[in-house]
Amino acid sequence: MNGIKIVVLAKQVPDTRNVGPDAMKADGTVNRSVLPAIFNPEDLNALEQALRIREKYEGTTVTILTMGPGRAAEIIREGLYRGADSGVLLTDRAFAGSDTLATSYALALAVKKLSPDLVIGGRQAIDGDTAQVGPQVAEKLGWPQVTYAEEMHFEDDRLIIRRRLERGVETVSSPLPLVVTVNGTAPACRYRHARLVMKYKYARTDTELQSESTDYIAGSRPLIKITEWDVEAIEADEEQLGLSGSPTKVKEIDNVILQSKESRQLTASDKDIESLVLELLENHTIG
Amino acid sequence: MANFYTDIKDLRFHLTHPVMEKIVRLKEMDYREKDQFDFAPHDFEDAMDNFDKVLEIIGSICAEVIAPNAEDVDHEGPQVTDGHVMYARGTRENHEALTRAGVIGMAFPRRFNGLNFPMVPYVMAAELVSRADAGFANIWGLQDCGETILEFASEEIKSEFLPRFNEGATAAMDLTEPDAGSDLQAVQLKAHYDEAKGIWLLNGVKRFITNGDADISLVLARSEEGTSDGRGLSLFVFDKADGGFKVRRIENKMGIKGSPTCELVFRNAPAKLVGERRMGLIKYVMSLMNGARLGIGAQSVGIAQAAYEEARKYASERKQFGKTIDQFPAVYEMLTVMRVRLEAMRSLLYETARFVDIYKAWSFISDERQLSKEEREDLKANTRLADIYTPMVKLISSEWCNRIAYDAVQIHGGAGFIKDFPVERLYRDARITSIYEGTSQLQVVAAIRGVTTGGYLAQIREYEKREIRPELDHLRKSLITLTDGFEKSVAGVLSAGSNEMTDFHARRLVEMAANIIMGYLLLLDAQREPDYTASAELFISLAIPENNMRSEYIAGFEEKELGLFKAG
Repeated sequence: MNGIKIVVLAKQVPDTRNVGPDAMKADGTVNRSVLPAIFNPEDLNALEQALRIREKYEGTTVTILTMGPGRAAEIIREGLYRGADSGVLLTDRAFAGSDTLATSYALALAVKKLSPDLVIGGRQAIDGDTAQVGPQVAEKLGWPQVTYAEEMHFEDDRLIIRRRLERGVETVSSPLPLVVTVNGTAPACRYRHARLVMKYKYARTDTELQSESTDYIAGSRPLIKITEWDVEAIEADEEQLGLSGSPTKVKEIDNVILQSKESRQLTASDKDIESLVLELLENHTIG
Repeated sequence: MANFYTDIKDLRFHLTHPVMEKIVRLKEMDYREKDQFDFAPHDFEDAMDNFDKVLEIIGSICAEVIAPNAEDVDHEGPQVTDGHVMYARGTRENHEALTRAGVIGMAFPRRFNGLNFPMVPYVMAAELVSRADAGFANIWGLQDCGETILEFASEEIKSEFLPRFNEGATAAMDLTEPDAGSDLQAVQLKAHYDEAKGIWLLNGVKRFITNGDADISLVLARSEEGTSDGRGLSLFVFDKADGGFKVRRIENKMGIKGSPTCELVFRNAPAKLVGERRMGLIKYVMSLMNGARLGIGAQSVGIAQAAYEEARKYASERKQFGKTIDQFPAVYEMLTVMRVRLEAMRSLLYETARFVDIYKAWSFISDERQLSKEEREDLKANTRLADIYTPMVKLISSEWCNRIAYDAVQIHGGAGFIKDFPVERLYRDARITSIYEGTSQLQVVAAIRGVTTGGYLAQIREYEKREIRPELDHLRKSLITLTDGFEKSVAGVLSAGSNEMTDFHARRLVEMAANIIMGYLLLLDAQREPDYTASAELFISLAIPENNMRSEYIAGFEEKELGLFKAG
C-alpha cells in the first residue's frame, strides 16, 4: 500500500490544562484572551499517526486541515514544522459560531475538495470535549469511521487499527476511504524538525501577509504560501454554517463542586478492595 | 511546557552577545547559501532566530524526554550481548527524539546534512543535554568526531560519513589503551596497509572508550612499524558495519552510567586513513581533544545548573525550626555562591566558544581564498586565545561543577545521601568531569603556557580597556589590583628559573588568572545587562581573598621547601 493521501484534522484550542482563576468569564464562556492558543493535544497524536504511515508507505502525503480565525494559521505552521507536507486553513467570518454540526459540514466539504484516502483527527478537542466532529465528518462523507485509535498499519489495502476502549483493546480493519479518530494514549507527536522550522517559519496566509509588515519576511526569501479557503472555495451553503447552521445552544452552565462528605477506612485485603470497586461501578463513579 | 532553554535567562543572554554578529557573518560567508538551501538564513537576524528556535526544540526534548528518563537510565545502564552494546531504553528514546528533530550534526555544513551552526549554539545544546542527563550528553557530544573528519579528512571520507550523523549515526573516539591513558604517545593498536586489498587493517585493544560500540569511530593507531612515540601514530575512521570488531566488556562506573565505557578488540578491522600518516596524535587528536574539552566544559556547566536547581528547590521547600532552610545564612550563602560560580563558569565557557568560532570560521575561509594580513592576524589571535582558554574552561568548570554538586548534596542533608533525590546521581555524574579528556592536572600543564607566555595577562589588560559604566568602575579597580598581584606572583615564580617551581605553582597561577578573567567577564556581562551586577560584585569580592591567599603563599615559598613535599 503506497501513495496514501492523508488529511489530518487539527484544531487550535485554548490551553485548558493549566487554567487560572480568570480562565472563564462571568457568563461561563472561555476567556480565550488569557489562555495560550495551542495545537489540540489529541490532534498531535493524530498527526504522529499520519507521519508514521508516511514513513512506512512511500509516496504518502500529509495535509493539515484546520478551521478557525486567521491566527489558526499557526496550527498549519506547527504541522509543517513537525513534518506535514502542506496545510489548508478554512477561514471565513461565516464560519464563526459554528457548533459541531456546522463545523463538520464545512470540514467535510473541504475534505471532499482535497479528496484524500484517509482522514485522521484527534478523538476530541480540549475546549469542547464533544468528540463529535470526527464522526460527523465521516457521516457527511458517507465513509466508515474508527474511533479511539492507538496504532494503525496496512495489510494489503485494508487499514488495521488498534482501538483503546474502556474495557480493553480491540483490533479492527477497514477499507479506504476512512475517517479515524485517535486517542491521547497513542504515541506522542514527534518534536519540531530543525530544518523544517527554519524553512517554514515565514510561511504565511494571504490574510497574514496583508495584516503584518512583510518587509523582513519577504526579503530575498521566496515566499511560502499557506492555502486559505473561504465559504466560496468549498462551495458551502452559508445557511448551514455559523450560528444559523448550529442547532446547539448553551442553555446554562453549572459549576462542578467536588466535596468529600465522608471518609472510610479500608484494609488492604482483596475483599475490601473488591467491594469498593463494585460500589464505585454501581454508582457510576468509574466504569 | 517545560523547556530547559527558555527557563533560565542566561543562555539567551550569551547567545545574543555582540560578537555573534561577526561570528555568524564569517560562518555563513556573507549568507551565500541562502538561495541554495531553503533553510539557510538570509541575514543575521534570520540566523539568530534559527538558533533560538532550534535551541527551543532541544530545550523541550531535554526537559520532557531526556531529564525524565535520566533516573531509569542510571539504574538500567547499557548491556553487552554478543560483543555489542545495547543502550538502556531511555537512552534509545533520547537519541531517537533528537534524531527525529534533525539536530544531530548541527555544526556541520549544510551539504553534509548539517545546519551550519556556530560553536556557541552548539555548546549551548551540549549544556542543555548535560543538564538533563550528563551520561547521555556523551553520546550526544561525540558528534564532535564529525568536526575532526570535516577539518582533516578527504572529501570522499567526508561525503561518506558526515551525512550519516544527522540520520542518527553515533560516534566514538578510540584513543586510550590499557597502557596509554594520559600518555597517548604509548598507543600500540596496530594499523597495517594490506597492499593486495588496498586497505588499512586495525589490530589491537582499546580501553575506557566512551560509547565504544558507535556506528562511526575515530581510531588512533600505530601505522609506522618500529616507532615508539607520537610521530608513528595515525588517525583512522572505522565503520562498525565493516566488522572485525567487538566489545569485550563495559566498565561498571561510579557515575554517567548511561554512557557505555567499553573495552574494544579489533581483529583485521578495515579502516580508512584520516588526513596524513604520522599526524594522528600530533595534529588531529590535539584538535579532537580541544573540541572534547570544550564539550566537558559544557557538560560541567549543565550538571552544575541541574545541581543548583535541585538545591534551590529543596532549600525552598524543606522546613526546619519553623522556616524554610533557605532563610538561614549558612544555606543562602551556599546557594548564592553556587549560582555566582555557575554564572562565572558559563561566561568563561561562551567566551571560549566565541574564540573557537572565530578561528574556525577564518580557517574554513582560508581553504577557499587567501586571507588578508588583518584577517590572518585575527585568525592567529583567536587561535591563541582558544588554545589557552580551552584548558582553563575545562579545569575551572569541572572542578567547580564538583564543588556545586557537593554543596547541593550538603543542602539536602540526609536526603541527599539516599537515592530518592536526583542530587545523588548528579554528585556521582559530576565526579568524572575533572578526570576524563585530560585530568585537571593535565589541563594545568596545557594552561600554564598562557601564564608563562603572558597570553592571559594580555587578554586581561585588553578587558581592562573596555567601556564600563562609572558605577561599575570600583569593580574594575579591584580587578586591576588583582591583576597587579597576579603579575607579581608570576614574576616571582619565574624568577626562580626552575621548571619544577613553575610546575609546582602552576595550578595556583592558572586559577589566579581564571579568577581575574571571570571577574572581567561578569563585569562585562553587568555592563551589558545590569541584572548581572550583583553577581559581578559577589564574584569579585570572593576572588580578592582567594587570589591574595595564593599570592601570599607564593611570596613566602622558597624552592627548598619542595623537598618537604617529596615522598620520604
